[in-house]
Amino acid sequence: MSLWRMIFTNLRRHRVRTAIGATGIALGVATMLSVVGLLGGAVKMFEQILRNDSQMVVFEKNVSDLFFSNVPVGLAAELEGLACVKAAQPVLFAVIASPGRSIITCFGIQANDGRLRRGKWLQGGVGAFKGEAVVLGERAAGFLNAKQGSTIPLGQGTYTVAGVLRMENGFENGGVFMPLDTCQKAFHKDGLCSVITVAIADGHRLSEVREWIASKREHFSAMDNDEFSRSYVQFQIIKVTAWVVGGCAFLLGGLSVTNTMILSVFGRIKELAIARVCGFSRGQVARMIFGESLLICAMGTVAGWLLSWALLCGLRAVPQLQGYIEPSLGWAEIAGASGLSAITALLGAMYPAWYAARLKPAQALRFE
Amino acid sequence: MITQVTVTDVWKSFDGGRIEVLKGVSLEVRQGEVIALCGTSGCGKSTLLNVISGLEEVDRGLVRVAGRDVVEESTRVDLLRKHIGYVFQLHHLMPDLTLAENCLLPVIAAGGGKQQGWERLRELAAATGVSHRLGQRVRELSGGERQRGALVRSLMNDPQVLLCDEPTGALDESNREKVFELLLELVRERGRTMILATHDMELARRCDRRLRMRDGTIEGEDR
Repeated sequence: MSLWRMIFTNLRRHRVRTAIGATGIALGVATMLSVVGLLGGAVKMFEQILRNDSQMVVFEKNVSDLFFSNVPVGLAAELEGLACVKAAQPVLFAVIASPGRSIITCFGIQANDGRLRRGKWLQGGVGAFKGEAVVLGERAAGFLNAKQGSTIPLGQGTYTVAGVLRMENGFENGGVFMPLDTCQKAFHKDGLCSVITVAIADGHRLSEVREWIASKREHFSAMDNDEFSRSYVQFQIIKVTAWVVGGCAFLLGGLSVTNTMILSVFGRIKELAIARVCGFSRGQVARMIFGESLLICAMGTVAGWLLSWALLCGLRAVPQLQGYIEPSLGWAEIAGASGLSAITALLGAMYPAWYAARLKPAQALRFE
Repeated sequence: MITQVTVTDVWKSFDGGRIEVLKGVSLEVRQGEVIALCGTSGCGKSTLLNVISGLEEVDRGLVRVAGRDVVEESTRVDLLRKHIGYVFQLHHLMPDLTLAENCLLPVIAAGGGKQQGWERLRELAAATGVSHRLGQRVRELSGGERQRGALVRSLMNDPQVLLCDEPTGALDESNREKVFELLLELVRERGRTMILATHDMELARRCDRRLRMRDGTIEGEDR
């Protein structure tokens, strides 16, 4: 028999207590992974909208939200004039009200925008995308009860539906695509767009565009897509929120482990004393308690993985969420949650282990 | 002959000094000696054994076992692993573990080899007649078997000194005799030292020396 066998035996004989401790951790892990997965998925969807076959995004410096960014459309033409740029697409983001639907995301784009090529045309075609004609995502067409040729009220204006597109991204599938100049007019942003997405020409570097913007257009920033995702405040807030909510869930899980381990120690004070009489050192007793705690957390972590996986699969199957949130979990998130679980196990067992190690064997043997 | 246990002017009190249990106790026990600490309940026999094993710290005085001062925690642990075996009145086995698992605890504590541990266990179990009970949980054993199991556990690491606190106190007449006979036989056969705390004069008479304890002191010795 080894120390680990003793640890297993002790956990096995107090199955309910062990299960409660592991459940606390499982819920913590599941909450963290689910929240991180969901919000991370939402961030990815936003990133997809911005990428649009490009490697870089140009936007106004020091804006907290891209909806407030104002970039002159003329800058796109200037960028396209550079040898290092293959294509520069201006996009105006806005939200617009429609009857029976509080807000719809609106994309002001040019007719050659990649979105209109990527999506599957269910009705109409890109040829009609001009003037006061708009293209609806499939989902938007559904809730606006509109089809090609319909006239729909949006904001202060009325528009004709030039076609319906099926988009993979839920925000795009539930949105309205407007010709850029029409969109500028509707939102009083003449000559402006929110961002310019830039595709780099073969053999050129991203830094060439960055340097050009920095030297010629100091009020604007050019970032590669990954850099933008890392530094964009809104994404950071979402990611931090996810980890904070998950961390709070872990705190509760940690308290559950502490409680389980305290009960475990107080319930066998005499046994711990016997172990000391048999020659167990304080360190060995503490290791036994930490080992039990780690094992409880390991069980809870595995259960938490399975629970979050089931939850995310369930959410993926909800039709209302399809395309809006793409739940995703990477190894980094799983490793992060598992690492937190291990830390929780160690912190949760600290007081019980300290108490057990400090027990005076002779007194503990008299304990009833 | 080598001195195994030396206790010099040991004082021990509880409850912040209000209850004095040992008052300047001194004794010396040599290798191979079997001595009995006799006296009524509360005279300090168990406390003296606890002090010798290092389970209780002394207020003042000196305790040496196998030539080492029982002061430091590391020394106490080492002595309990290699030099001291302890048998209690109540077996103090872990009820949810099997008898074998209980007996192997000192081997685990000392980081001993699995195979070596099992060999020793089989040998001692055969000598004490509990071989057929090794795989059973303690709660399934009779009182006599449990106490034999406790005896096996105490001898697992082949200690030089065996401390026995009323080892037969919880047994019926027939088991009491058998267990004590076995204890004496194992100790004498191996030339080990035993200090037995008992108020049973019949058992005490079979020891080499009898120390009479009263009110925290050793008031006399019979040979």
